[in-house]
Amino acid sequence: MKLRGLTLDGHKSRPLQGLIRPVPPPAMLVLALDQGAGEAAAPVVRPGDAVRVGSPIAAGAGAATALHSPVSGIVREIAEHPAPRGAGRCIVIDNDGRDEPAVPAAPVDWRAMDGKALLGLVAEAGIAGLGGAAFPTATKLALARAAGVDLLLLNGAECEPWICCDDALMRERAPDIVLGAQVMLAATGAQRCVIAIEDDKPEAIAAVESAVRALPALFPLGAEAPLVAAVTGREVPHDGWPPQVGAVCQNVATAATVARLVRDGRPAMSRIVTVTGSGVNEPANVEARIGTPVAALVDACGGYAATNVRHIAGGSLTGRMLAGDEVPVTKGLNCVLLATAADLPLRAPEVPCIRCGDCADVCPAGLLPQQLHVAARAGDSAGLARFGLGACIECGCCDYVCPSSIPLTARFRAARAREHLAEVERHRALEAKARYERHQRRLAEQAEAERQAFDAARRRAGGADPGGG
Amino acid sequence: MNASAILAAIGTVAALAAVLGGILGWVATRLRSDPDALVERIDALLPQTQCAQCRYPGCRPYAEAIARGEADIDRCPPGGEATVRALAALLDREPRPVDPHYGTTRAPRVALIDEDRCIGCALCLPACPVDAIVGAPRLMHTVIAAHCTGCELCLAPCPVDCIAMVEPAATSPGRAVA
Repeated sequence: MKLRGLTLDGHKSRPLQGLIRPVPPPAMLVLALDQGAGEAAAPVVRPGDAVRVGSPIAAGAGAATALHSPVSGIVREIAEHPAPRGAGRCIVIDNDGRDEPAVPAAPVDWRAMDGKALLGLVAEAGIAGLGGAAFPTATKLALARAAGVDLLLLNGAECEPWICCDDALMRERAPDIVLGAQVMLAATGAQRCVIAIEDDKPEAIAAVESAVRALPALFPLGAEAPLVAAVTGREVPHDGWPPQVGAVCQNVATAATVARLVRDGRPAMSRIVTVTGSGVNEPANVEARIGTPVAALVDACGGYAATNVRHIAGGSLTGRMLAGDEVPVTKGLNCVLLATAADLPLRAPEVPCIRCGDCADVCPAGLLPQQLHVAARAGDSAGLARFGLGACIECGCCDYVCPSSIPLTARFRAARAREHLAEVERHRALEAKARYERHQRRLAEQAEAERQAFDAARRRAGGADPGGG
Repeated sequence: MNASAILAAIGTVAALAAVLGGILGWVATRLRSDPDALVERIDALLPQTQCAQCRYPGCRPYAEAIARGEADIDRCPPGGEATVRALAALLDREPRPVDPHYGTTRAPRVALIDEDRCIGCALCLPACPVDAIVGAPRLMHTVIAAHCTGCELCLAPCPVDCIAMVEPAATSPGRAVA
């Protein structure tokens, strides 16, 4: 399979000059129940409850992972709060600053555990994919185990031009990644592990050394399907996912979190975030507890360097605008780009599509964005399905090359949301129809039973005169 | 004028008419379009709220009425413009706005029973076309919000007016697994 994508100028050198900085825990933490996977966890604490470091505060459900308190203190409230993926319900905790652990740190004897027990351990610790999607790691590993994958693929590609939190992690904590990989191999039953790193990160490659496959630095290689194709040569079907071709992808930072779990018994309570852009004085990678507001991250990086700054979660291509710096860190937040107009020029006004086909040449999913665009504008559900909207990975390559400055990815995202809602409605309608039919059938049966009972009663009453009435 | 030529022409045309008419008649009886299939396709485009605002006792009866040519396609306020468009495309007719006589299109709502005021009369149970109300005589009733289509048919039978139509609880739109 031909690898398609963009070769972009990186902006990674400045944050990588220093080491990963710890962000001091703030006085108040805001833990979004939806950590980025699109579903909300179920709170198990109430306002006023005392929590300690590592206390469970919300139980996992569906695509949401369990949440643990990253500090000790008191639950202030459970309320709507701005979060990276829009406002949502959040658990707000007042930090008492004492950092008392719920249970003392103790290593887990993971080598004595079987795969199932390991998956349970990972699920309980609330570990989520730290590459950005925040999908529950245990669920993904369990599905991979069931599919019998042979390859664990650790994703250190990190193709976005501004994000470098995984690069920093690989440079500084390579042994953690290897330990996490060993645990995940045991949990999935895979035989082999490949750590995939792009060839523009020689320091990281040197640090990780073992089992490394160097890849061309090409955006968006960090997406799962292109990564699997680049490493194994096996193409993931557009409606399928990597375990179908025997591989499961995990982010390197997820592996490091798993390592911390088995070494200290610590659940997922912090992550590394790249804070970068010309809007901040000292761009750096910081380690912040989940729930720390972005403002505290900026303070740890020397404060704002400009006044008119856009806050973008994720990179310049796939990122989303944040509501402001009160938004808290979630498990899915890998980068805060504090962009000035110089970093990301505002888009030129959109002009009509000239059907040049540049977007189709660059699309890593092999789609025809120009055709999808036509279908999205027309609200043509059948067309969107025919041209493979479902296979779009929202990487933003088509936007980047479009000479007409059409915000294609945003259109596709919106179309996907609309199609999803329509699908939900269709499903509801089908269910309502089935219930209505059952209701009608029951009414008819009841009427029939009543009629028969009436007839029987009449026959009994007029037994002497069977034909009477 | 050659009389035989005129007769031959008339004869030819008459014979053609007889043969083609026969074929058309046979086709009309043997290859009749299945009316049930059309009803199914119309029904599939209706929102299945079963609200009876179209003056038919449910979406399926309305679909049958459309298929018979008895009702127009502009009688479904819950479906709104989108439904009319879809019906127009299916039946090859001109789309038109929903007839306000049958109600106005509004955001979907669900019924909510004020459980303090409910007297457990059970009158709303048979009124619900989709069996979304649970309860028993002299016990409090409640609406299963996920099954409620917002048809409002339970409002009229309630003797104590304890049912209100409310905004459905926000459900976060799901997302593909990355």
